Amino acid sequence: MHCLWCEAEIIEEVDWINFFYPDKVKNICESCKAQLDVLDGQLCKYCGRRSEKDVCSDCERWESDPHWKGVLTFNTSVFTYNPIMKEIITKWKYRGDYALVEMLREAFCEKFNQVFKEIKKDAVIVPIPLSEERLYERAFNQAEALARLLEMPYTQMLTRMEGEKQSKKTRKDRLGTSNPFQLEKQINQPVILIDDIYTTGTTVRHAAKLLKENGCLGVYVFTLAR
Amino acid sequence: MVEKLFTSIQSFLSPTYDWLPTSDDKPPLHESLDYAKHFAGKLLLRQEIPLDDQTLHSLLSNQNFVSIDAIEQHLWGHRCRRCGNKQKHLFADIPCARCSHTHVYCRKCIEMGRIMQCEPLYYWIGSKPIWLQQDNPCEWQGELTHYQQHASDEITNTMMKGNSELLVWAVCGAGKTEMLFHGISESLKHSKRVCLATPRADVVRELRPRFQKAFPETEIEALYGGSEQKQGKGQLIIATTHQLLRFAHAFDVMVIDEIDAFPFHADASLPFAAGRAAKPDASTIYLTATPRKKHRKQVQSKKLSAVFVPVRFHGHPLPLPILHMCFSLKKSLSQFQAPPAFLKWYNSRVNPNRQLLIFVPMIELAEKLVGHLVDQQLVAKEKITSVHASDSDREEKVIKFRENKLTLLITTTILERGVTFPSVDVVVLDAGHDVFDEAALVQIAGRAGRSPNDPTGEVIFFHDGKTDAMVEAIASIKQMNKRGRKL
Ligand SMILES: [Zn+2]
Ligand SMILES: [Zn+2]
Ligand SMILES: [Zn+2]
Ligand SMILES: [Zn+2]
Repeated sequence: MHCLWCEAEIIEEVDWINFFYPDKVKNICESCKAQLDVLDGQLCKYCGRRSEKDVCSDCERWESDPHWKGVLTFNTSVFTYNPIMKEIITKWKYRGDYALVEMLREAFCEKFNQVFKEIKKDAVIVPIPLSEERLYERAFNQAEALARLLEMPYTQMLTRMEGEKQSKKTRKDRLGTSNPFQLEKQINQPVILIDDIYTTGTTVRHAAKLLKENGCLGVYVFTLAR
Repeated sequence: MVEKLFTSIQSFLSPTYDWLPTSDDKPPLHESLDYAKHFAGKLLLRQEIPLDDQTLHSLLSNQNFVSIDAIEQHLWGHRCRRCGNKQKHLFADIPCARCSHTHVYCRKCIEMGRIMQCEPLYYWIGSKPIWLQQDNPCEWQGELTHYQQHASDEITNTMMKGNSELLVWAVCGAGKTEMLFHGISESLKHSKRVCLATPRADVVRELRPRFQKAFPETEIEALYGGSEQKQGKGQLIIATTHQLLRFAHAFDVMVIDEIDAFPFHADASLPFAAGRAAKPDASTIYLTATPRKKHRKQVQSKKLSAVFVPVRFHGHPLPLPILHMCFSLKKSLSQFQAPPAFLKWYNSRVNPNRQLLIFVPMIELAEKLVGHLVDQQLVAKEKITSVHASDSDREEKVIKFRENKLTLLITTTILERGVTFPSVDVVVLDAGHDVFDEAALVQIAGRAGRSPNDPTGEVIFFHDGKTDAMVEAIASIKQMNKRGRKL
């Protein structure tokens, strides 16, 4: 087996785990793994970044805006968006090296099952969509690739319009909400949104807002990096 | 059936390029003249062709373009037709939203745009590019030495003959660029398309203005990662070997510089691409100062023609390295200090006015030795620095050293070849380290005595135990000097 990131050969002693479960074979080497920074310690209760305060200043601002207040229940990210994560995501998402997601599978699923153990029982998993043009360009949706890792059913209930099409909307539309998402049906369950990066939180809030306006009980966000 | 199996095994083991169609001589469509220059001899992804769908479609339907499967399917694996990759772990599956199937893609060459099984590569089979008619493309007026002239004649013969190969075994500092001028001039005159490929972008940058000056009317393009020019439509292309991954049956003449060098030596995709970039009846010239065993054997058994240039252009022999044993070497280096023997040598140098180039095996040692040598008052703080491969100031530091604004430069093997400084002494600290193989040591020694004004220079290998590489490097330098005296 070779490390998916640095190509170094991973020599593994055969023990009972990888003998009986060959799926557990490692695909990331120890030295690459050591460079990944798993988000732990004291975190902001809304966006999941490292924070001294209970609520970070960004989230304070979101929560003090009546338009956005309470739209998101919380976000959990697995890793910090540090230099190596940035490189990995760039190569995966923009160069299109789909297989790289496999080396993050273990950490991603572990965190999900830990944080959403109860919530997932009656929530719907929804990957953040790409616009048609983007999807064609990349040939895969990174959020969907992450959702697949969970090996649970997920629903593509959102669609996204972007670029030219969106800019054809009226000026009022754009100034008002500029929400790039459309929802195909009403929903009465909680939703766990899946995406690759939580940066400013604007994208997921737009999706969450739309879901809530259409009956959704609560919106959680689970992302790879923050 | 058995035959089919055999063919499949064989083509998986050694690549063929017979999947490339030949272009028959079509009368040129007027608008396709420019297309021919842009597209001929290249394997392109859709997004690399700046034409709208309708235009591409009509070029496909009137047989100017063809589409080719990008990935070969073999019995037990795949091969990427762009980069030649056939390693299992460098292919992976993608659930593809374009074709709604799950299929393979190539991970190896993904930085150049992803190659997927469901997407073809496009190849131009329309009219051939038409180059400027020139009676005498070369304006270089210099003179060649006796040895250079001999090599130049052989090179010209090979290039004109077609379908042949020549290894030019020329010592460091032989003046190989000038030896190429005549052959390239004749090739251009006969409307041949020429590629000069070299492993280093630094060298491409350095060669471009020299060639443009020698061939002022010729369309020349320089290609390397991050180069301004990207189209690859010149009659003479100067490129890093990596850039060959886009070419297919493009060149009548291929010149491959430093055939022994990393990464050409290490990365199987580069010979694959070089083989494909050449036309089936092309001539190939290999340049090297330190041929690998494979090529030496081929030369010895007369399977590969070769020409030797054993003397530098200024006529002086190569400086012979001196081995200097020091027992405390590892101890000193582990404390990031120079061994006492080095300091002693330094203070009694033959010519203390020369600049000094110190090669060390590791980046950390290069960096930390700077402080130590300043502490030892060998050199003023602003006159010394270190450099390594991923150093962002690398180009700048090398220029400063070349302009004599630095007197001492500590480097990893990154400066072992391709760079020329007029008057330096050269030291290797820990010459027994694995990174210094025979070729590296010969190249390093070749940094000294490059200028006719100072054609000698001391080369000292400090070590704590002779290695085969050191012994062979010295033997090979001696042999070249001997050959040079005989001729
Ligand atoms: Zn690794
Ligand atoms: Zn926060
Ligand atoms: Zn490839
Ligand atoms: Zn596909």
